[in-house]
Amino acid sequence: MTINPDEIILFEWGWLKINATIFFTWLVMSLLTLGSHLVTRKLSRRGPPSRGQNLLEVLVQGIKDQIREVSRQEPGPYLPFVGTLFIFIAMSNVLAIVPGYIPPTSSLSTTAALAACVFIAVPVFGIAKRGILDYLKQYVQPTFFMLPFNIIGELSRTLALAVRLYGNMMSGAIIVAILLTITPLIFPVIMQALGLLTGLIQAYIFAILAMVYIASASKAQENLETRRRER
Amino acid sequence: MESLDLVGVVSIATAGLTIAFGSLGPALGQGRAVSQALSAIAQQPDEANTITRTLFVGLAMIESTAIYCFVVTMILIFANPFWTFFIQQ
Repeated sequence: MTINPDEIILFEWGWLKINATIFFTWLVMSLLTLGSHLVTRKLSRRGPPSRGQNLLEVLVQGIKDQIREVSRQEPGPYLPFVGTLFIFIAMSNVLAIVPGYIPPTSSLSTTAALAACVFIAVPVFGIAKRGILDYLKQYVQPTFFMLPFNIIGELSRTLALAVRLYGNMMSGAIIVAILLTITPLIFPVIMQALGLLTGLIQAYIFAILAMVYIASASKAQENLETRRRER
Repeated sequence: MESLDLVGVVSIATAGLTIAFGSLGPALGQGRAVSQALSAIAQQPDEANTITRTLFVGLAMIESTAIYCFVVTMILIFANPFWTFFIQQ
């Protein structure tokens, strides 16, 4: 039993090795791109929308509503990033019911990459919204001595983001594998179904936490302004 | 061979202890969080959406401590660096 899909080599041409993580990541990406392309190729404004259009509209509208509720800002600039995170993680977790498929999120490399994206996106959105000086100023809030703790907090929450998703997805695969050796009849199916639920919840939580971090980096300014106004 | 035995024994025992204590705390915390959220929903059913969302995010935060313990356990059992070191010797 291997707990790391990075070590499963699927293809090998000379120096080029395609391991399971890369292969299934690209599979998920191509599925998403192809599906969206097929749907958005023939969008209609009049008349009843097609099934695919309906699905995508519900999805995008749902993500928009969630972003608006969590950040209390207009979802416009955040929608592409947070929505992509959610859809990619949800898709790669849900596909786990397909036999032979190994979720790329059960590899620490994938989740670390996703968490690194969030780590970079937080200052990018924060600086775009508040300017570089104002953004850097929040690291020395409330006093200068909090600087190291703020930096450690920034790093540790990125680590937590990566390990949380990785641990949840890896544990699902491991538990099914262990149960297959103990009670192979029905219990693995139940755990597999539970794994679907955990997968979706983890995708939701990853996206929401990314949104919360971004919002907290870009919102403090407004709080200050409202406080000044109240005075 | 002696140190290999020792590493094996200590790793397995520690893995069991880690997952035992690591699930104890988060279980208590999660039970408390869910019970509080349920009573909050019972008092204010209109706010159920917000409460549920915050509850899920909070539960994930609490659960991640258990997940850390689980990851450490898995490393101890399946990918123990000391074990591979002594095997290679």
